[in-house]
Amino acid sequence: MAASKQRFLDYAPAPESTSILNLREHYGLFINGEFVDGGGTPFATISPATEKTIAQIAAADANDVDRAVAAARKAYDRTWSTMSGADRGKYLFRIARLVQERARELAVAESLDNGKPIKESRDVDVPLVAAWFFYYAGWADKLDHAGLGANPRSLGVAAQVIPWNFPLLMLAWKIAPALAAGNTVVLKPADTTPLSALIFAEILQQADLPPGVVNILAGPGDTGATLVNHPDVDKVAFTGSTPVGRLIAKSTAGSGKSLTLELGGKAANIVFDDAALDQAIEGIVNGIFFNQGHVCCAGSRLLVQENIEEEVVERLKDRLTTLRLGDPLDKNTDIGAINSRAQLDRIRTLSDAGEAEGATRWSAPCEIPAKGFWFAPTIFTGVETSHRIAREEIFGPVLSVMTFRTPAEAIAKANNTPFGLSAGIWSDKGSKILAVADKLRAGVIWANTFNRFDPASPFGGYKESGYGREGGRHGLAAYLTSAPVGAARTSTRKAVR
Amino acid sequence: MTHLAVPKTYKLYIGGAFPRSESGRVYEVTTAKGEFLANAAKASRKDARDAVVAARGALGGWSGATAYNRGQVLYRIAELLEGRSAQFVEELRLADGITAAAAVKQVEAAIDTWVWYAGWADKYVQVAGNANAVSGPYFNISTPEPTGVVAVIAPEGEGLLGLVSVIAPVLVSGNTVVVVASEKSPLSAITLAEVLATSDVPAGVVNVLTGSAAEIAPWLAGHADVNALDLAGAETLDWVDLQVTAADTLKRVLPPEHGVPQPSLARITFFTETKTVWHPKALI
Repeated sequence: MAASKQRFLDYAPAPESTSILNLREHYGLFINGEFVDGGGTPFATISPATEKTIAQIAAADANDVDRAVAAARKAYDRTWSTMSGADRGKYLFRIARLVQERARELAVAESLDNGKPIKESRDVDVPLVAAWFFYYAGWADKLDHAGLGANPRSLGVAAQVIPWNFPLLMLAWKIAPALAAGNTVVLKPADTTPLSALIFAEILQQADLPPGVVNILAGPGDTGATLVNHPDVDKVAFTGSTPVGRLIAKSTAGSGKSLTLELGGKAANIVFDDAALDQAIEGIVNGIFFNQGHVCCAGSRLLVQENIEEEVVERLKDRLTTLRLGDPLDKNTDIGAINSRAQLDRIRTLSDAGEAEGATRWSAPCEIPAKGFWFAPTIFTGVETSHRIAREEIFGPVLSVMTFRTPAEAIAKANNTPFGLSAGIWSDKGSKILAVADKLRAGVIWANTFNRFDPASPFGGYKESGYGREGGRHGLAAYLTSAPVGAARTSTRKAVR
Repeated sequence: MTHLAVPKTYKLYIGGAFPRSESGRVYEVTTAKGEFLANAAKASRKDARDAVVAARGALGGWSGATAYNRGQVLYRIAELLEGRSAQFVEELRLADGITAAAAVKQVEAAIDTWVWYAGWADKYVQVAGNANAVSGPYFNISTPEPTGVVAVIAPEGEGLLGLVSVIAPVLVSGNTVVVVASEKSPLSAITLAEVLATSDVPAGVVNVLTGSAAEIAPWLAGHADVNALDLAGAETLDWVDLQVTAADTLKRVLPPEHGVPQPSLARITFFTETKTVWHPKALI
């Protein structure tokens, strides 16, 4: 059996060519419509699959942040906030089309820099980026219908800090609604994945977006802290870890800055014994192994009804054995590289803790390349709710399996977490799905599916997974206010750092 | 023969009961001229924690009730308030030092506020939620749900109307409440609690603490089982500190307002979470 499966899966390499890329050796900061040098220490961005340097990236220091915020302020006051919504929309439509035109290039760059399989960047990330700009483009001249009353106003300059797991998609989630609503932007990409954001800056030049409307500053975490704490910023939007989200919530308290946070998760994926198991197995795999598990809404806790646990785990192992781990640019690759050594260390630490605390570990038998950062798809069984691997976000291809007997127990276990971003339900009984969906404390519920994203669909968490929504009409509300000018409450007290 | 008055003992309202503060503390409530009216309970940290436990316990039932039912329960508060308006007028006149006419106006406004919010219970979901046209064969709908346990600092002025204006919008969607009443005007708050206790509001859905907001608020802001914080009446407190404390558990925080908040849909939706549910459609 094993031998025949091996032969069946023996594919020749099918790498996507990198010749479509036209990379520079050095990328500057993108301020006021131009690439400029940065005052911070430049750094190399590497491919996590090979550890080879892709390009040198300029880093922003506090002066650069000042310059970028000033450029965004000027663009807001003089250009963007006074432009008609229809014209703002046209710029966004242009950007959507340019992203589509350069889709292959963006997908290759993303997989190279992030380590995610090309089939994901090509079929999920980049198409969604274009869709996001197209969706919000149409809102720009229809804001009266966004549910905030007539003539809602933009907030001003938005400081946006995004993570490394979906670099370009998170950029689109942030920039598209901000611009549609009439705000200007200073965005900081993650320090391990700045490449696609800087190529996107070239697209903004092609779109002839007025200078200063979008500014992009690469740099370390400190750059992000300087940006969100800048006194001339009106809006802060952050996607990333819950600890950093907490710091931002503290530092912006009393500042009058509007804040939305999209933070961590520890989603339960609940499988009832009446589920269609073929689909459920695929859904579980997609839920936790999509994008190497570097997904805040990943279905990292599998709650399976006790009487089918053995069968589900057996079939999962079977399925994981067929996954191909390796070169992110290979079109047959299912599991790419872990984004960074630091993240790999974290996944290893938590997995070791899982074993040390008594859970049983199983990893798919796949060959690990000699260079780069890799982690084989892993399942833990016998996990207890108190284990670290059941409580902490691993952000890697690691699934913790727990069981339940009744729907009430499944709900209690699913909600037994400070997070509340997403959840999955697998059952063929509609009334059960709806009843369970009602009781799960999570912002996105996928029933008989998982990890679906769409610009029309609001996304965001309950509890310590953050606040505010991205996507849909609700996503616009994060960048608009119905209150009259000056209504935001500010304190004269010095902000806490 | 003249009747010797029987004054009321004003206590806290927690979990549907009227306990004294576990701390045994009271503070004196006087008329504007300084004449003694009552000793109000001065709630402690323990009382605040008990109130959160009661509110959490009541959450499942209240948020699980039908919207029509919640609307009727809130409307019934207005009915009972109407019947006891003379008592509120008298209390407000004495304790807040306002004219009888102003007191009547305030009570009427409080009644109307309950009626206005009661009507939203089965409508706000339709206004704040929507179906989403996603690019694929999926049913996809976004609806608002209650955030959970909400701690509220009531406005300092207009003891009755201020209190009603902050707790009614929180209750509409199915949240439960721990409210710190105006320190200066605790009597009408406790009398309102008596109205709630004899209405159809389930025990624990509203919990009223009297005493020092400056003392109690930090415990509520830091409590890990409180989901949101309404600082409506915290203008004179160190509310930035409260917001910083609340950030430890990423509570939703509504900043202070000057005076009594106007009735608004935004006050309802602020204490809700949008839940989006996806389900595939068969390809037939």
